[in-house]
Amino acid sequence: MPSDTVISTQSLTKRFTVKKTEVTAVTDLSIDVRRGELVAFLGPNGAGKSTSLRMLTTLIPPTSGGASVAGYDIERDPSGVRSRIGYVGQGSSGSFSQRVRDELLSQGAFYGMGRRERTQRTDELISSLELESFASRTVQQLSGGQKRRLDIALGLVHAPAVLFLDEPSTGLDPQSRANLWEHIVALRARYGTTVFLTTHYLEEADRYAERVMVMDSGRVIADDTAATLKANLAGDAITLTLDEATHLARASSAVERLAGAGAERRDDRTLAFTAPQGSALLPRLLRELDHEGIRVTTATAVPPTLDDVFLALTGRTLRDADKTEPDSPETSNDETRTLEGSTR
Amino acid sequence: MTAALEARTVRPQLARDTWNVLLRELKPMVRDPFSLIFSLLQPLVFLGLFGPLLVAQSGQDLATTLAWFVPGVLVMIVLFGTGATGSNLQYEMMTGSHERTLVAPLSRPALLIGRALKEVAPIVVQALVIVGIAMIFGFRAHPLGLLAGLGLLAVFGIGLGALSYSLALATKEHEWLFWGVQQSLIFPLLILSGVLLPLDGGPGWMRAVASFNPVSHVVEAQRALLGGSFGSSEVLWGWLAALLVALVGLAVGVRAIRKSS
Repeated sequence: MPSDTVISTQSLTKRFTVKKTEVTAVTDLSIDVRRGELVAFLGPNGAGKSTSLRMLTTLIPPTSGGASVAGYDIERDPSGVRSRIGYVGQGSSGSFSQRVRDELLSQGAFYGMGRRERTQRTDELISSLELESFASRTVQQLSGGQKRRLDIALGLVHAPAVLFLDEPSTGLDPQSRANLWEHIVALRARYGTTVFLTTHYLEEADRYAERVMVMDSGRVIADDTAATLKANLAGDAITLTLDEATHLARASSAVERLAGAGAERRDDRTLAFTAPQGSALLPRLLRELDHEGIRVTTATAVPPTLDDVFLALTGRTLRDADKTEPDSPETSNDETRTLEGSTR
Repeated sequence: MTAALEARTVRPQLARDTWNVLLRELKPMVRDPFSLIFSLLQPLVFLGLFGPLLVAQSGQDLATTLAWFVPGVLVMIVLFGTGATGSNLQYEMMTGSHERTLVAPLSRPALLIGRALKEVAPIVVQALVIVGIAMIFGFRAHPLGLLAGLGLLAVFGIGLGALSYSLALATKEHEWLFWGVQQSLIFPLLILSGVLLPLDGGPGWMRAVASFNPVSHVVEAQRALLGGSFGSSEVLWGWLAALLVALVGLAVGVRAIRKSS
């Protein structure tokens, strides 16, 4: 493993037996994550995201294959892995009856920190995650967003090399989600922690992750920056409305010539097509049409979303996939949430 | 400071981790001691409402009846309070807090042993409150006997607590199953222990079953100890029963927590 690789998996596979039927939740996962990266696992419910995370965080053993995380083998040295990672699961990490500050101090003790060190670190995290106003409340008194911020603070107490977040923003209102992300981004900038998260919020993966791994049916089917994935796999959606219906056929052939894509007729004056780098192509296309005496009254170029990427890769949208995917056994409680936040 | 935290590898250590788990478990109690008093409601109801009935039934005076009944109420605290403690863990399993501790570099047995040891604190505090209240009504306990009795309750409570946690780990998110099993065990154990009514006049099979019920032996030992009798066979049997419950409870619990994910 190169020195700047913090997560490395080799053919990591997990199979479960449910009602005497074998279900493969994760198949041949082979990935490398470098120090400091912010990686998002994106996929529909039951795609195997949480199961992958649970293997990498030593909660469940793989059926075959292997992985090393933060320099330790997940099977040969799980306690080594545990001491170097932070994990924020889908639930609330703080116990309902504990006070916020107490939980942070206890967590510090769990990671072998001395009294002074953990007090200092607790104060620092209370301040940086803005937990001051409820630090002496019990966890059960907190709002969803406040609980989530505490969860992240708990995951960061020991300054882990990697922070795993399983659906960090699910169930939060839009404002709390935005606030949570501000914290994640700021903390990462401050501590340089590698962040590995799962999400099915498309726009979160798009906006915050430097690297998106699209997962479907237990396999990683694409792995790149969101921009590259969109540019290579999905193209911009262009719509042109012409002044006269009689120009439609000529305009359509101009599109085919320039964009190399067949245009679809929306109505007798409107054409739609999808093309990689479509926005860059649009001015040239408009000039060409103008040259041919075809007037365009409106032209729109909509950049693709990761849902378009998923559609291009699997033939179905994430939203549809979420409806049809059966839940894998290990994810029945954590991947049954509805897909929200699709940008289309 | 953050730099100093980098690249630290912490290895599980049973004693240190048990201590840290114990300290964490004690925090809510220290922060909110009133919750302990609140859970005394049930034994107090038994003491206040069942006690007078026992006096009328037995024809003996209040002090004599209390000397017989209070040790049973103390055992009842353990049965009802400690016996239900697994529900806290079950709730933490359902909300995610337990999962977080599984990912921490902690010794797995420490997660259970620390929790079980914590049970000693509420048992001792609650038992002392009950004894204090009973003393107002004329109950008297041998001071050293009381100390030994608390020790006996503590050992029994560690075992019962560990069993309650094991039940939570086994029933996972099925709360109804936890309570179903818990209630259907606790009540027969209570009735077949002679805590509420003497079993002397009961049918032979009941007395036979009771002789295998560790709770009976703990109750009888508790009565002997609080009465100042240290060397009786009841005391010996009570300690053996409590130690057996503790050993079995911890063994079962450690096995269950090792498998938890």
